[in-house]
Parts: sequence; C-alpha cells; structure tokens
Amino acid sequence: MENLFSLAADNLVSPIILSFVLGVAASLARSDLSIPEAAAKALSIYLLFAIGFKGGVSVAAHGIDARLGLALLAGIILSAALPLVAFGLLRLMTAMSRLDAAAVAAHYGSISIVTFVAATSVLESRGIAAEGYMVAVAAAMEAPAILSALWLVARGGGGDSKGMDGALMREIMLNGSIVLLVGAFLIGWATGEEGLAEISSFIVSPFKGVLCLFLLDMGLVAGRGLRQGGGILTPSVLAFGVLMPLIGAAAGLATALALGLTPGGVTLMMVLSASASYIAVPAAMRVALPEANPSLYLTLSLGVTFPFNLTLGIPLYVAVAQALTGG
Amino acid sequence: MQTHKAKRVEITIEAVMQSRLTDALKKAGVTGYTVLPVLGGSGKSGEWSRAGQVSRASGMVQVICIIRPERLDGLLEGAFAVVERHIGVVSVTDCDVLRAERF
Repeated sequence: MENLFSLAADNLVSPIILSFVLGVAASLARSDLSIPEAAAKALSIYLLFAIGFKGGVSVAAHGIDARLGLALLAGIILSAALPLVAFGLLRLMTAMSRLDAAAVAAHYGSISIVTFVAATSVLESRGIAAEGYMVAVAAAMEAPAILSALWLVARGGGGDSKGMDGALMREIMLNGSIVLLVGAFLIGWATGEEGLAEISSFIVSPFKGVLCLFLLDMGLVAGRGLRQGGGILTPSVLAFGVLMPLIGAAAGLATALALGLTPGGVTLMMVLSASASYIAVPAAMRVALPEANPSLYLTLSLGVTFPFNLTLGIPLYVAVAQALTGG
Repeated sequence: MQTHKAKRVEITIEAVMQSRLTDALKKAGVTGYTVLPVLGGSGKSGEWSRAGQVSRASGMVQVICIIRPERLDGLLEGAFAVVERHIGVVSVTDCDVLRAERF
C-alpha cells in the first residue's frame, strides 16, 4: 500500500502529468492556449514511431517465444469481450439507450495508445522491464471491440446500423496509427540494438519532453470536451467511466498472470484493457452508428477515463502488478 | 461577358464521410468538386471547433460542386444516400459560370 501511495505521488508530480493538468486547467479557464493541429499530429507521429521502434528493438534483443502469439490472441479476446461487459454495465447503471451503450462499450474494449505510451514511460523511469511485443498487442486490440459493438446493436434489432463494410474494415485496420506503430515495431525488430544506437539521440532522449507537449495538447482537448460535453456526465455515467477501467484492468491482470508475463508486461496488459479509445473507435462509430451520441462517448473516454488512468490508474496498475508478480 | 446558368451544391459533412461522399458524387457523374476544411461552427449537436480535436471523427469538411442544372437530381440522390443519417447540411444555390464546357 505504501508503494502504491509513493507511486501515485511520484506520478502526480511528474512533468508528464503536470503538463496534462496544465492543459485541462487552461482549457477550463478558457485560455486561448492551443497546440497547432499539424504540430499535434507531428508529436503523435513521433511518439508512435518511437514506442513502436523501441518495442521492436526489445523483441530483437530478447527474442520471441510462444507467449507472443498467446498475448496477441489474449489481447484480441479481451478487446472483443470487454465491450460486452461494458454494455451490460451501462444498461444496468445508466439510462443510456442500447445504441449509445453499444457505441460507448466499443471504446472500452479498444485501447488508448497515449495511455500505453505514458505507462511505458513510467515503467522505464522505474527500471521495470516489459515485453517489447506489447506494442503489437496494443495494435491487435484496436479493432475487435468495434465488431462486438456492432454485433450488440444488430442483436438488439438495430436494423439501421450500417454495420461493417469492407471500406470501414480497411480504414480501421489500416488506420495511420496502427500502420505506424506496427511498421516502426518491424523496423526496430529488423534493425535491433544497432538501429537504435543510430537514432537513439532522436527517439530516446527527447521522448519524455515530446510526451509532455503531447499531453499538454491532450489536456487542452480533454478540458474542452469536459466544458462542452460535461452536461451529459450524470453521476452514474461518471461512475461507469471510473469503474469500467478498473474492471478492464482486473481482466487484463488475470490474463497477463495466466500468460506469465513480466511485471512490466502485466502492467501494460492492465493498461491496455483499462484504457478507452478516442481516435480509431469514434471515427468508426461515426460511420457505422451515426445515430449514437458522439459527445457521450468522447467525453467519457477522453474526459473521464483517460485522466483517471493517467493520474491514478497507471500507478495503481504498476503497484498491483509488482505486488502480484513479486517484481 | 457571356455567362451560363449552373447549380452550386455545398455539402457540409463529417470528415470521416468525405471519401464516401466523393465516391458517390463520382458515381453520379460529377467530375469536379472542391473539398474545404471547416474551422468550426454551431448547430443542432452543439458548438464545436476544429482546433485541438484529437480525433478526425469530430471534424467537418465542406464539399462544393458546381454542375449543370440537368445533373442536379442525380447528384442529390447520390449525395443524400450518404449524408441522410449524418450530421451536416446540404444546400443548392443558383450561380453563373464563365466557361460552361468545364461543368
């Protein structure tokens, strides 16, 4: 417990979290502070490339084992199953319509890559090793949740649902973030430590500084979302936004322990299962379920669950993973 | 200078639907259109702004095409099939163009 408080305190006063808090505060105070759209895009490209590359280098250094395939499979199953839990919980806890509940549920089966990047950064600063292939697991967990949500709508007689056509499937699977993450992972894997040595001054040293700026932008966006969509956050909806990541993390924990992952790997599996998408899934929902309320799922995912995971969730998941693996 | 009657169709739609809309326009025989980014606005779904959106799911674009009047019905039918269930605005105005052969 002491470890948990110490981790949480360290996390809360880290430059990364404080940058996010600054963004939220500036946005809530209606400051005109903003990160230009193209700059924010460049920062996200940098982070995805760096995290993918480093994951690939780690796999090159430690080799692959059967756990990689199992972890990928487990990630896909978690991504497909968590929306069913989220959907049930939403229907039980809130007055959300079936359509809105399914759309929100999709977000909670999919993942937030920024939460994953932030968790990786916390693990690195604490010297906790993690399996490099967790980057590939992150990419694999992006899409199955969307299929589950569409199934939930179709099962309830959602005749108006556009469903998953070939074009939408291609857009999701070839989403720029996934292509960059997996591509950088493969480059890192192919070039190994030597490749990393060549570009480490670019992708290792500046990493945390760039992450700070990116989280400042995320804070601005989250604050704006809360300001504009805060009205939809009833106590029960808000409670779901905090409860569901804990349920997801518990499912990720059980899965990672069964797979025998390292403390870092267990933490990352918890983070992936606990986080909610706000990039790929909202776009897919706008195409497939346009009648679902976007401010509901964006505000919940970005305004509630993302800050919760970033500030309290990650230290909690690290502490639990360390306590249960003896790491 | 000689001018010719034409129809200007402006479709403001979610960015995620842009390629689907332009595909539908091409199918309806529209060969020329212009896509503009939309900075922000306010409507039935509330106020929004392009600045700082983390997801393109929240962005909007405007597709503008200028066509001969006889092509209007085909265009609107094709476009409506795409935009029907989505946030957006479709408007048609009369306009004059200088070089009719281009439309």
